[in-house]
Amino acid sequence: MSVPVSHPAPAPLPLSARWRTSVDPGHAALAAILFVILGVFVVLPIGAVLKIALTSDSGGLTLAHLARFFTNPLYVESLINSLLAGFWTVAIGTVLALPLAFIVARYDFPGRMLIVTLSTLPLVLPPFVGAIALVQVFGRAGTVTLLLQDLFGIHVNVMQGLRGIILAQALHFFPFIFLTVTTALMNVDRSLEEMGQMMGARGWRLLRRVVFPLVLPAYAAGALLTFVKAVDDIGTPFILNFKNMLGPQAYLRITTVGRDDVDGYVICVVMVVLSIACVLLSNWIVSRREYATLQTGARSPEGGRALTGWRKAAAPGLCALVLGIALLPHAGVVVMSFSRIWSLTYLPSAYTLNNYAEIFLRAPRFVVNTLLYSVGAALLGVVIAAAIAYLLQRGRVPGKGLLDAVAMMPIALPGVVIGVGFLRVFYNMTLPGTETSLASTWMIFVLAYMVRRLPYALRASHAALHQVHASLEDAAAVGGAPRVRAFRRVVLPLILGGVVAGGVLVFITSAVEFSTTITLVSRIEQSPLSYGIYIYSQSPLGRGAAAALGVVAIVIVALGTYLANRLSGRGRMAFTL
Amino acid sequence: MPPGDQRLRIQPVEVELRRLQRRFHDMVAVHDLSLVVGRGEFFTFLGPSGCGKTTTLRMIAGLLQPDVGEIFFDGRSVTGTPPWERNIGMVFQNYALWPHMTVFDNVAFGLVERKVERGAIPGLVEGALSLVGLEGLGHRLPSQLSGGQQQRVALARAVVIQPALLLLDEPLSNLDARLRVQMRNELVKLQQQLGITTIYVTHDQEEALMLSTRIAVMHRGHLVQLGTPQEVYERPADAFVADFLGGANFLSGTIRGVSGADVTVSLQSGATLRASAARNPEAQPGDSVTVCLRPESLELVEPGSPPGSANVLDGTVRMRNYLGWVMACEVELTGGVAVRVQTTTPRAHLRFTEGGPVAVRFHPEDVLLLKNAS
Repeated sequence: MSVPVSHPAPAPLPLSARWRTSVDPGHAALAAILFVILGVFVVLPIGAVLKIALTSDSGGLTLAHLARFFTNPLYVESLINSLLAGFWTVAIGTVLALPLAFIVARYDFPGRMLIVTLSTLPLVLPPFVGAIALVQVFGRAGTVTLLLQDLFGIHVNVMQGLRGIILAQALHFFPFIFLTVTTALMNVDRSLEEMGQMMGARGWRLLRRVVFPLVLPAYAAGALLTFVKAVDDIGTPFILNFKNMLGPQAYLRITTVGRDDVDGYVICVVMVVLSIACVLLSNWIVSRREYATLQTGARSPEGGRALTGWRKAAAPGLCALVLGIALLPHAGVVVMSFSRIWSLTYLPSAYTLNNYAEIFLRAPRFVVNTLLYSVGAALLGVVIAAAIAYLLQRGRVPGKGLLDAVAMMPIALPGVVIGVGFLRVFYNMTLPGTETSLASTWMIFVLAYMVRRLPYALRASHAALHQVHASLEDAAAVGGAPRVRAFRRVVLPLILGGVVAGGVLVFITSAVEFSTTITLVSRIEQSPLSYGIYIYSQSPLGRGAAAALGVVAIVIVALGTYLANRLSGRGRMAFTL
Repeated sequence: MPPGDQRLRIQPVEVELRRLQRRFHDMVAVHDLSLVVGRGEFFTFLGPSGCGKTTTLRMIAGLLQPDVGEIFFDGRSVTGTPPWERNIGMVFQNYALWPHMTVFDNVAFGLVERKVERGAIPGLVEGALSLVGLEGLGHRLPSQLSGGQQQRVALARAVVIQPALLLLDEPLSNLDARLRVQMRNELVKLQQQLGITTIYVTHDQEEALMLSTRIAVMHRGHLVQLGTPQEVYERPADAFVADFLGGANFLSGTIRGVSGADVTVSLQSGATLRASAARNPEAQPGDSVTVCLRPESLELVEPGSPPGSANVLDGTVRMRNYLGWVMACEVELTGGVAVRVQTTTPRAHLRFTEGGPVAVRFHPEDVLLLKNAS
């Protein structure tokens, strides 16, 4: 007998039931804690900077300070210099990166993977470390400068002023463009190109009409990232002693004129606006790029086309040349770290291990501090990031989107701005029960690094958790595992690699952090190795020790990068639904 | 009989849902749902996506809490009981195999959680694997298996814990057509072998009709009809059920009279048709009804039957799709209503060409009258 069912009027839902379905009290408590942490360490500092820059003497909102920025010749010159540095870094980086990217993505030749690997190496070296070596190679009495003088009688100092900064930054940042463009090229469906060929476009026309438009968004994103990084980097200007740029000016105003000087904060706001504009522009461009990546079908296989004739030698040759130039600073730093005397000669005239004795035995604090701060920042960052990622993907609580937005904010904040904001907020905040200012303890570095690199950790946690479909947890629950056990047996093993990889990323980027560091350092005993490099490099006799610290930085970052790649590697985590 | 079979001793449970209700934000996903699933039954929730069937299944599993209402296993309320204490086996649409564990560890998971004696686990796992035809594959990772094999692992994982209830959430939807038919048959066999109460969720009417002892058809959170496969197909409660199960043509009409074995209906177009009173026992003169005609119960015949002949409607062939074993046509009836016609003897009907005149004929027993809400 069939039973047709009638539909009685729905019973009204009790209020408590509606509450139960929308919010999980545990999640809400976690979200509240995270909001407090992010509020204090992200919103408060940046809010303080904005408030001072935009508040008039009478307390009202004003743009007068900002307007005054544009009447000060020094500031205007600094702005122009920063923009120029960013622009030329992108331009030179493009010239270095694009040919390399096209050759590597399109052609198969011996040593191809080696080039891909080596081309990421410049990322490993903080630009200000490379700057020291570049002075030694291209500077007034550098190896190349001397060679040119002896051979041809020409004297050019490439490292003079803004030129030097641009060269150091371009050699350091071009991999951002290289990597994004290479990835995009490899993702372009080969059939799109073949279609273009069948329509009659060949060679240059094919590149211009089909390939360029498809990889343009990726290029734009890489270029904008490079621009932001170049403007953000204040280490290179400091090492090369060219301070008429935005970052150094902000730092100098705050540290020499004083924490209450409005101009420092105004410069910070200008930097933030510039940076946010680039990030928004980049996001907008990337969000429009579906047409390039939605194409399914055969991706370019691992091996590209084979090269023929003269190109067989030319392509790897060109790659080797570009990489040779880009890796020059690395070689320079290593040689310098072993040099005792290196002045007015092509290579050092005397070698020593003394520089390493200096940094490991006589003044080990730089390395020790760096490890302490970076490990602390990584641990803290990973826990906070994993919690945010979990709430965002699984949480039943309102406001989680805002949580994510706030945690990602630092990605658009220049390091010097974070430093200034921290100084402003925490200088007058004492540790409970003591007279010590929070800003003068070592913890301030841990917190500032954590905030600055939180977006990296968050992205890693996000990606890791995203791999774990919610049904895997459901299956564990139905299978008999209570929540905590399901997390331990199923979720944790699956996300651990990715989350730890995010932590390693925080660790290595913190280990070579300079912009925030220099703003926050109040005593030499507290300084990490990035500041140590700066201090040593200020005296001719300290350059060897600075280079030795640079080598330590390179080793830390190289090992960390390798580890992060291993941990987040696909392998057994390739779980796609 | 496979060796694992003796090891699995299932105590099937009776499941009762009482006035279940669940909403997400402003959308009511399940609306005042009450029904009983008997011991050992193969019960199916059938409906289009978003009808509330998966929400219902997840509430039975304990993965979701109902806003209102209660769930009983053998008369005992389990409404507040978390999933890990309900003793349920569940197969997920995407299988949800844990990618970091081998097949063996996947299947053994529930046994470990239940603190089954260590020495007994390998035998039980191997038994469950052989039940689904995967003996000897325990050391593999899920990623090394085909879709069909993953499906079987999910099934073995669900039954190895000797659950009182087996929940299946569209388990066949990710398989290709041929494999789906094969797994369907194996599923029936396994269920009967184990005698386990099984609740199945699908949007595929063919699966539902073939597998189930009873079907609950759901639509927009409501239970629309509950019955055996034959009941819901032959005697759909409303136009939605008729259309969702098998498809149907709908014509508007009014009942003119009921006499003996016949119900006389006049259509809006003016034509008159006869329906079987036995199939439409509730028909009352004056009722406004929707006449429901299955495409396969319509027959294409020559037009121009004598005026007044019942159950022959003239029209024009609008479209003809020849598929070899069947032919589907769309016929526009005089008066403008279009109906779908399906014949299993295409060759006999090839003379009716697109644009040409035709008539459709049907038996009174195939006419179903659905009373319109007044």
